[in-house]
Amino acid sequence: MNTWKNALPKALCMFVIFTLVCGVLYTGVVTGLAQLIFPHQAGGSIIEADGVSYGSEHMGQRFTRPEYLWGRPAKYDVTTFTDENGNALLYGAPSNLSPASDEYEALIGERVAAMRAANPDMGDAPVPVDLVTGSGSGLDPDVSPAAAKYQVKRIAKARGMAEDDVIKIIDACTDGRFLGVFGDETVNVLRVNLMLDGILKE
Amino acid sequence: MSAAVQYVLYIAILIALAMPLGRYIKKVMFGERTILSHVLCPVENGIYRLMRVDVQKEMNWKEYAVSVGVFSAVGFVFLFAIQLLQGVLPGNPQGLPGVGWDLAFNTTASFVTNTNWQAYSGESTLSYLTQAVGLTVQNFVSAATGIAVLFAFIRGFTKVKETGLGNFWVDMTRTVVHLLLPLNLVVALALVGGGVIQNMDAAKTVKLLEPVAVSSEGEILDGAVIGEDGVVTVEGTVIDGARIVTEQFVPMGQAASQVAIKQTGTNGGGPMGVNSAHGLENPNAFTNLIEMISILLIPAALCFTFGAAVKNKKQGNAVFIAMLICLVLALGVIAVNEQAATPQLAQNGAVDLTASAQAGGNMEGKETRFGIASSSTWAAFTTAASNGSVNSMHDSYTPLGGMVTMLLMQLGEVIFGGVGCGLYGMLAFAILTVFIAGLMVGRTPEFLGKKIEPYEMKWSVLVCLATPIAILVGSGVAAAVPQVMDSLNNGGAHGFSEMLYAYSSAGGNNGSAFAGFNANTVFINVSIGLCMLFARFVPIVGTLAIAGGLAGKKRLAVTAGTLSTTNAMFIFLLIFIVLLIGALSFFPALALGPIAEYFACMA
Repeated sequence: MNTWKNALPKALCMFVIFTLVCGVLYTGVVTGLAQLIFPHQAGGSIIEADGVSYGSEHMGQRFTRPEYLWGRPAKYDVTTFTDENGNALLYGAPSNLSPASDEYEALIGERVAAMRAANPDMGDAPVPVDLVTGSGSGLDPDVSPAAAKYQVKRIAKARGMAEDDVIKIIDACTDGRFLGVFGDETVNVLRVNLMLDGILKE
Repeated sequence: MSAAVQYVLYIAILIALAMPLGRYIKKVMFGERTILSHVLCPVENGIYRLMRVDVQKEMNWKEYAVSVGVFSAVGFVFLFAIQLLQGVLPGNPQGLPGVGWDLAFNTTASFVTNTNWQAYSGESTLSYLTQAVGLTVQNFVSAATGIAVLFAFIRGFTKVKETGLGNFWVDMTRTVVHLLLPLNLVVALALVGGGVIQNMDAAKTVKLLEPVAVSSEGEILDGAVIGEDGVVTVEGTVIDGARIVTEQFVPMGQAASQVAIKQTGTNGGGPMGVNSAHGLENPNAFTNLIEMISILLIPAALCFTFGAAVKNKKQGNAVFIAMLICLVLALGVIAVNEQAATPQLAQNGAVDLTASAQAGGNMEGKETRFGIASSSTWAAFTTAASNGSVNSMHDSYTPLGGMVTMLLMQLGEVIFGGVGCGLYGMLAFAILTVFIAGLMVGRTPEFLGKKIEPYEMKWSVLVCLATPIAILVGSGVAAAVPQVMDSLNNGGAHGFSEMLYAYSSAGGNNGSAFAGFNANTVFINVSIGLCMLFARFVPIVGTLAIAGGLAGKKRLAVTAGTLSTTNAMFIFLLIFIVLLIGALSFFPALALGPIAEYFACMA
């Protein structure tokens, strides 16, 4: 009983101190330094052109028109978030599906068929796996170079552009591995599409 | 090929950083001078003065345990209250309402026990105040509590015929001030530089390049065409009541500061619902490298701290090697299975699974930028450590890949495990091992010069079995509750795996999930909350009781008859005992879930 009574005031005191130090001070110092040194990154790496915010470099959007590069399939969500006027906002979520079920086999079959129908010039070439699988966040900003190259003919045709020009834009938006080793090569889908539309230059 | 290089480098970087950090933590534990002393010691001493703590005053094991309990209880009450009241508190620019009692209880138990199971989705449930002053604080102190209990346990070996195990308040203060704060300041700033958000702004909205047509029920309309006049048609048919979504939600907040401590403190609960798979929480391979190494950094370092503290570096190395072997084996199985994917995904070759100009393999639930290598490594690290953060969705792993992540938790989170608690859990297994080995060769079991007697054995068994008990009782009860079926996202054997994973995660104090499982119901919130509390605090009491017993004993001299606890034979035996208890406890359950699913999908 005495041990309890001795411990309680010390526990309260320590908790208050650590709440101030680790909750308020630590968070505040990191935020302050972040805003000072890395304001663009700390603010979400928003891509702006002519005063319009077109999205975060690190969050994917939904593209389905033939003239755009398409990203990973996702379970898009328009019911969780609204703006101050009550308008629905787009967000994403992962599928969390098992890749070993019969339902999954059927779903992938449909996606492969849809992808081939949308890209007739690619014939029966195997469809890059990124284009038929959902990502971990449902907001993957990227596709693999293979998935981007698969769509070049369709995009070029829909826009009346030379395929080489489409490839040039894709290459400009391709990031290599970190230090040449870590992670995987990625093509940023939103940046490609902003460049295709001429909104972003380089 | 490049994937193989990544696996090797990730392990190599981990070892290279853990060894010096382990030596640093040993200095912190004993209050010795370090390179940061002249900056941090005044802070440390200031806290002692405010708290009126006598640094020299030692606690016996019961006093230590009561201090842990009271401190955790204070944190529990505060975190529970702040969630219920966040709707009327400041620091809530999104205007989120208070959290329901069952979810608040679950989240509180989750963070106080260093589990960080997320039944909530941060960006739509918790205010900035709750995240920073509530969750982030528990991320620090629950991690520090684990390390403090480990320090007390180590003193059980270093002290001879004494009752004191050190002072809880001193151990906590030193851990937070000298280890967690400086480490996380560096990690957090590196993460912001890499693109992780850190601000006080309300969430932003941005213009969608391609607007999205939605039915009146809020379903996305596939194949919809939006006319110039805003009329939505699907295959020529006009859709009545369709709406057009023109903007995207971009969450904001203090992610980097929280992500840093959730990674380094084996907490795992992040600001975003999808955790480190989210682009704003883990935007690229650089941030991923930092976050992933941070998962195992302190748990690995503590092995070397232990060796240095008991003045037997070989002992620390032996425990480290045993853990590393298990980790590498687990990582190997996950990596091979994820790269191979499943026949259901392969579609007889219609889907390109090769690793050329793409990661290939099972990309369901994985981000392009992490591919197979960085996703599999993270999955192994986060379930080996009781971290529980994810950068890919374990629910979408192949049956065997997913099974290994589950098994790593079911082994009791002793393959590195949580900060502090992983090592004291493993040392309980080491005590079990010397006892069994002693029986086999007919010698009195002893460990680091301390005789192991029935008292230590009873508590060790309790520490080792707390996790299996929590998992099997929890998932057994849940399997009998009809409405749990409604929470499953997948059918059949995989549905069972989702539930088993949830209770394994709670019982291992891990916090990751087969995230399709809807855990936010009253029954699941409460039952998982209770599992987490049991699996955290029963082993803490057991560990301190063992330490109290050991500290009171004399130290035996090493003779030719002493069984070595540092050689290859002991390492093998230790791994064997860990796997034996895990396999015996969980084989039946795993056979019903992932193993059944594996055979079904290959058939």
